[in-house]
Order: sequence, then structure tokens, then C-alpha cells
Amino acid sequence: MTVSTAEPVIRLRDVHRRYPGRPPVRALDGVSLSIAPGELVAIVGPSGSGKSTLLNILGTLDRADAGEVRIDGRDVGTLSDKQLSALRAHRIGFVFQQFFLSPGVSALDNVADGLLYTGASLRERRRRAARTLTRVGLADRLRHRGNELSGGQRQRVAVARALVGRPSFLLADEPTGALDSASGAAVLKLLHELHDGGTTVIVITHDHGVAAELPRQVHILDGRIESDECVAGAA
Amino acid sequence: MSAARSRLRPRDTVRVAFSGLRARPLRAVLSALGIAVGIAAMVAVVGISASSREQVNQQLDALGTNLLTVAPSQSFVSEAQLPQESVDMVARLDDVDSVSAVGTVPGAAVYRSDEIDPNQTNAIAVSAARTDLLDTVSATVASGRWLDDVLGAFPVVVLGADTAELLGVSRTDGDVQVWLGGEWFTVAGILDPVPLAPELDTSALIGWPAATSVLGFDGAPTTVYQRVAGDAIDQVRALLPATVDPAAPEEVAVSRPSDALAAQAAADETLTTLLLALGGVALLVGGIGVANTMVIAVLERRSEVGLRRALGATRAHIRRQFLGESVLLAALGGGGGALLGGAATAAFASSRDWPFALPVWVLAGAAGATVVVGALAGAYPAARAARMPPTAALSAV
Repeated sequence: MTVSTAEPVIRLRDVHRRYPGRPPVRALDGVSLSIAPGELVAIVGPSGSGKSTLLNILGTLDRADAGEVRIDGRDVGTLSDKQLSALRAHRIGFVFQQFFLSPGVSALDNVADGLLYTGASLRERRRRAARTLTRVGLADRLRHRGNELSGGQRQRVAVARALVGRPSFLLADEPTGALDSASGAAVLKLLHELHDGGTTVIVITHDHGVAAELPRQVHILDGRIESDECVAGAA
Repeated sequence: MSAARSRLRPRDTVRVAFSGLRARPLRAVLSALGIAVGIAAMVAVVGISASSREQVNQQLDALGTNLLTVAPSQSFVSEAQLPQESVDMVARLDDVDSVSAVGTVPGAAVYRSDEIDPNQTNAIAVSAARTDLLDTVSATVASGRWLDDVLGAFPVVVLGADTAELLGVSRTDGDVQVWLGGEWFTVAGILDPVPLAPELDTSALIGWPAATSVLGFDGAPTTVYQRVAGDAIDQVRALLPATVDPAAPEEVAVSRPSDALAAQAAADETLTTLLLALGGVALLVGGIGVANTMVIAVLERRSEVGLRRALGATRAHIRRQFLGESVLLAALGGGGGALLGGAATAAFASSRDWPFALPVWVLAGAAGATVVVGALAGAYPAARAARMPPTAALSAV
């Protein structure tokens, strides 16, 4: 892996996020993190560690109470809700544990929905969706509906949907959490391939086994980063 | 790339809204049904009343609106008569195309046979009729024949439609006789109902000569009918009282029977308004049903909202999606309701032999109403979906 010196895709500086309550929950307590283009990073921690909050902040679905969040070179704190939506539509690809595919809709159209809010025409969306599905190895499943696919295939469709807009980075929340080990391994392999192709991928997981396979592992506990290590030899 | 906005094409907004409905077809149809019932009721009410009005209009067109009727003013004496020469006087007026008259024979009544109690007159008037009566009042013979100069001199009677029914007479082959004014009269014909002169329906009409010779009728008419040239109605109407009875014009009443028919059609409008209001209530209930469906849909689809926000949808996109879904749902019901209402109108009109009439403004109004109802019903759920924070929507699985 080459450590890029380019402008980081993600830079967090002393980010805090508190949820009101008694006592208030400090979900993030001074997190600083920088992720360069082309990295494959695992953010790993047990449940309650704050990793879901971190995912939401990285994905601009939530805002920090304090600290600076720069995504793709832009200060999220200064952006309006509409601008954040535009950022998500064009620069961020989400992969969720539960896939969130529309069951009655073809794989092709599920992936095309990844471009729905970019303003591209349906024909253009489908064209790019077909290309992306081919890239994730599902060229022969374009017309299959969501409920006609296996779990592993569904997650690959979801990855394709995240990828179809050529985002700056992919944000995968427990991408193997709902899969058996073989399907999970296949999805991880796909993420590795995307990484090899130059895509920035961030995987949020509680599974140390999954994290161990990724070159950089950021451990988080109680809203703080415990360790941030690059494992040169990881797969 | 930094200028890139989040954008959803209008066509895609419709597509997304439609796919939301398609995911749960039964629910969509059931909630659309509420709207459909309301719209169908309103369309049918307006359609049926328009058809009824159209029928009256056609009837008036066929019968003409230029018939004037002259009768003694009924304020003083019930059996008042007009001067004997009034028919001739009226005929001399310019702009009067044709004149005819009937004269009620005082004290005469008609019975099915001479065994009937004389008090059971059934309120049937016995009138002498001029032979040109039918043409002037646009009456037609249902069966048998009308009086002519020859028949009118004999004890022969033509019965009005109601009279025939009251007396139980349906044959006009010359074998049936009725007991009229103490003599046997042969039934020669039965009239169709006469819309412009409904008093003829409850009359037994005999020839003017027979009335005079057999029943001692004095020949004074009680009602004079005249057809007037179309544009002179008001002038003739003003001249008639003095023409008919120069000595006492104030005892003459002139009326225009077509006005009564038109007024009757207008009277139906009160009922129409009431029924329309009832249809509106049904529409309101349907709208509440749609709102309820949409509230549930938003709650059920929190994760979809979250996913869409993650894919880059703005709050406005989410709001438009659910609003579009609600309007589509209502429009589905409105379209079905309009068809249903149209079919009900057509069925009702054909069952009564009315012409089918459905004003375009009703359909436009129905379309407008459904859009408004859909938008109102969807406004709150859509706003709620749009306000949902994306994180809450995604964690609600």
C-alpha cells in the first residue's frame, strides 16, 4: 500500500458528539482521523463504542457538536442540509448491513437508484448500473429481482449501488454482518478488489476477524480512538 | 464537481411515487376506493341532474315554449267561464298561430258504469274539446283516435291518460262505453300524457257539438290555448286578458306552461346541492382514509427514507415523493370514481329514457378535487417523512 500525500478524503479534528440524556452520552469524545484517497480502512470497536456515530458523521448523516469534519476537502459544518444531500449523492457511497434493496425491483434498477438523486436520466442510470454490476461480477443477474438473489449477491448489488456514482469513498457498515462466512469472505474480497482498483473504502465493523484482513485498522472505544495501525502484511 | 447538486427529475418523482404505491397494491386500491366513492357520488348526482335537465330541455324543444294558456282567474268562482266568443277574438290577434279551447261541462261527471256511486267522480272533469286541440297543445293519441267533426257530434269520448287509468279503460275498439253525464258515451281514444297541459290528463274530452246537444253545454270555454310566434310572446301575453274579456280583463289569467316545466327542473337543483354536499362528505372521509394510509406508510418506510437520504435525497425530495404518492393515490380513486359515476349516470339515464348528459366541468372539478384532497391528505405525512433525521430513519430497523 502506498501512503498518499494528497489531500485526505476525510479529515476529522477533535470531533465531539454528545446525545442528551442523564447522564449525557458522549458518543464521540475528541476523535481525530485522516483517511487518504485509495485507502482501505477498518473502523473497529464493540457495540456502544461510538462507531455508528462515527459512521453517521463520516457519511454526513449527522453533524458533530464540536470539532472540524472535512469530507472531500469541504467543511461539513458550513454546509446546508441541501448541500450535504448533494455531497452524499455525488461523493459518498453507502453499504448497509441490511442491504436495503427494494425486493420487487431488478438488480439493475436497484443499482440505478444509486444515481437517482444525481439528476441523470433513467437510460443513463441503467447504462452505468449495468456496467457497475458487471464490475462486481453480477453481469448475469441484471434482471433478477432483489428477492431472487442470495444474501451475498444482494450485498454485491448494494456495493454496486454505492459504487455506481463513482464516489470519493465507500462507507460500509458491517457489510458482512448479515452474511454467512463464505458470502462474507466473497464480499470482503470484492472490497479488496475495489481497493486495488483505487477506490477508497471504509469498513465499520465490530468483528476483529474482518478488521484483521484490512491494511489499516482504527480501533475505537468509548468514543475515543484507541489505536490506529497500518498492518503492512494484511491481505 | 463541487457545484454538483442533489437533483431528482420530475419524471423520476412520479416514478418513485408510483413505485411506492405498487409495492402495496391492495392497500392502495382500498384507500383509493374511499375517494372513488366520494367522487362517484358527486359525479353521478351532477350527471343525473344534468341528464334530467337535458331531458326537460329536449322536451321543451319538442313541445315548444310558445304555448300560452288563458283561463278564468280562480280567485272568486271555481267554475268561472270565459266569454263564448273568446276563441274567435284571440284568433284575430296578430302573431297568434293557432288557437284551441276546452270548455268544462258544468255538473257532468264520468263513471265506468251507471252502477257507480255518483259521488265517486274521481275528480275527472268532463270537457268539450275543439277538434284542433291536439295540434295546439302538442298532444298525441296513445290508442284509438281523436275527435273529428263527424265523431264530435256523437256521444263519443276521448280519455286523458290518467282518466283512462282511473276508469280502468284500456280498449278503444268501440266496444267500451262509459257513463258520462247520464248518457252512455263510447270510448274512441286514449291520449298520451300531455306535458304542456297536464289538466287534460284528468279530463274526459267530448266533441263540442255533442256537449251542446247531449249535455246542454252553453259553449263557453274554460281554457283557451294559443300558439304564438316565438318573438311576440310577451306582447301577446299582455294583450290577451283584454282581448278575451274586454269587460273584465282582471278576471283572466294567462300562463305559460313551459315555465312550469322549467321551474320544476330548477326545483331539483336544491336536492342536487344537498346530494352534492353528501358526496363531499364521502370525499372528505376518503381523504382521511388516504391521510391515514400515508401516515402508516411513512412510519413503515423509515428505513427507505433513511436509505434515500443516504443516496442523496434532500428533504424536499422526500416530501415530494410522499406528496406525489398521496396525490397519485387520490387521483387513482378520482379516476375510478369518475368512471363509476359516469356509468351510474348512464345506467340511470337509460333506465328512464333520458338523454345522457355529463358536463365537462364536473370531470374537471372531480380531477381538481382529487388533487386537492390528495395534496391535503399527504401534506402532513410528507412533511413528517421529510423532517425525519436520516440517522433515526436508518437505525429504526
